[in-house]
Amino acid sequence: MTRRLPIRVPANRKVRFGLLIFLVLVLVAAFGPLFVSHVLGQSPTRLHAGGALESPSGKHWLGTTSSGQDVLAQLVAGTRTSLLVGLVGGAIATALAVLLGVLSGYSTGRSGAALTAFVNIFLVIPGLPLLILVASYTRGRGGWVTVAVIIGLTSWAGGARAKRAQTLSLRNRDFVAAAGYSGESRARILFLEVMPHLAPVIASTFLFSVVGSIAAEAGLDFIGAGHASTVSWGTMLYWVQSQGALQSGAWWWFLPPGLCIALVGTAAGLVNFGVDELADPRLRTRRATGPAARPRRTGGLTPEKAR
Amino acid sequence: MGGVTLSPAVPEAAARSRTSRSAVRQIWGSVLLKRIVFYLVAAWAAATLNFLLPRMMPGDPASAILLKMSELGPVTPDRVQLVHRLFGGAASEPLWRQYFSYLGGLLHGDFGLSLAFYPTPVSTVVRSGFLWSVLLLGVSTVIAFVVGTALGALAGRRPGGWLDSVISPLSIFVHALPYFWAALILVYVFAFRLDWFPLSGGAGPDLAPGFDPAFISSAITHAMLPAATIVLTSISGWLIHMRNMMASVVNEDYVLLARAKGLSETRVTTAYAARNAVLPSISSFAVSIGLVVGGSLLTEMVFNYPGLGSLLNQAILNLDYPLMQALFLVISMTVLVANFVMDCLYVLLDPRTREAAS
Repeated sequence: MTRRLPIRVPANRKVRFGLLIFLVLVLVAAFGPLFVSHVLGQSPTRLHAGGALESPSGKHWLGTTSSGQDVLAQLVAGTRTSLLVGLVGGAIATALAVLLGVLSGYSTGRSGAALTAFVNIFLVIPGLPLLILVASYTRGRGGWVTVAVIIGLTSWAGGARAKRAQTLSLRNRDFVAAAGYSGESRARILFLEVMPHLAPVIASTFLFSVVGSIAAEAGLDFIGAGHASTVSWGTMLYWVQSQGALQSGAWWWFLPPGLCIALVGTAAGLVNFGVDELADPRLRTRRATGPAARPRRTGGLTPEKAR
Repeated sequence: MGGVTLSPAVPEAAARSRTSRSAVRQIWGSVLLKRIVFYLVAAWAAATLNFLLPRMMPGDPASAILLKMSELGPVTPDRVQLVHRLFGGAASEPLWRQYFSYLGGLLHGDFGLSLAFYPTPVSTVVRSGFLWSVLLLGVSTVIAFVVGTALGALAGRRPGGWLDSVISPLSIFVHALPYFWAALILVYVFAFRLDWFPLSGGAGPDLAPGFDPAFISSAITHAMLPAATIVLTSISGWLIHMRNMMASVVNEDYVLLARAKGLSETRVTTAYAARNAVLPSISSFAVSIGLVVGGSLLTEMVFNYPGLGSLLNQAILNLDYPLMQALFLVISMTVLVANFVMDCLYVLLDPRTREAAS
């Protein structure tokens, strides 16, 4: 016990740091474009706003691309696109994962087996090749929304499996049986008895679905299978590759988009430490060192998150 | 676990193992049979998806392909028929007839003609990249899995220790790096700046593929950076997974028992803690390998490595749907086979799966 104590405090700090990164990114996505256009007077798409491949300066904070576009303006516009794709794709993937995972874990008999087989099949079909295939048939029609929807529809299987495993272990608990004996309907048991206990897993799935969607979108744009005229972190890297930014040594152009993607993933990993503590009761009791901490964690947070 | 009642049980256990050996083989067979059936169903599902997608999508891939083919050269009627069989389009036949002739064509490995490499058959094009990809992906996945799991076991053995507090945050960051960006950075540093490795390609352009030392050594130096990218970015996934499992397993009673028996620390860690902690890593292999395969395809594109990833890149650039369709199927099948191999490994490592089947 005492040996465990030292990791508690940094674990908490990790969560706070991760949340801070998310907050900054959301603020940049929300207000960044305004700041860039009104305060700095730059636009992400204007060609020859500066000379080609200028290094960072007071006018162009992150320098310019080979066509003289402002890199900071692109990065900020890309933050908005990437976060939107992440949220939409992540929400669709999580919703499908919860629906199919919980249903396949809770149903018994033939329908349960069929649902489980369906989830398992999607689990073993590799996601990115499927995503590329579908995206190339749509050929950028509908902009980033289509891309986000396709990502959501092709990336739910991993989350569904986690939900299924959790539901399986919950299904046979006494409180679920008691709810069944007291005549509650199946839907009510699923949504009000089982689902709240899945909240930490759902939160963690959502977190990584958002990150996964952002990465998938970047990958898709990078290979030119996404929506070419949208400014996103992925399209920035596509131009980096095709315009030979590496060979020109334009680090201000090729470093920021990749670091931003990595930053989102790192933030999710850090926040997940907090989610892990919610999910694992052993970590939770270890955490409640003061008596005052306990009712707040167990009583308050979990059911609230379920809604 | 095993070995608790050692000396008196030895003759009895030996006798039991002799009689149960054939039974074990039988059970092993039935577990595998179930998995084989599952993977056959999954393969059929992937093929069906491949059939349905172009027919469900808005727009008409078939006529786009035919238009492109007519630009490249004269199109014979049986080629037109082949395109319709693979992609639908002209609704002359009912859907189920199209479906059966499509499946029949797949069994013969008939994917039509590639547009990017017109008029080479798609199957020839895919075959040219298959071995490159499988070798690159296979070797780097094995390295990443072994090293990542070992490091994860070391870090998770003492949660909160110095190794854990260095490795775990670092691997979260590395895990978040996009594959293709990591590839770009490695190219920039090691191929462009330091000039230690070639910039791109699979082997020297003047060398013919074969089993001669010059070709093999050239292929290995060309594969170094792509493999390093895949290992670097996928290693952390295995590491985090193993570390978390290890951290919860080291507190189990059987680990305490092993330690109380006075077994060496190495034996406690490897044969007791790690053997159990590695099981979830193996059973979640399907999820992880999907990500690794996707990442390695992007990595290949950056390095212009002559594998399936670069072919996919060509297919995307040229809107070569026949090639794309075939690549999706071949990649899916390869992943299915890899998963099957891991399933076999799981049955070998976890005796409970064999018991559950009987």
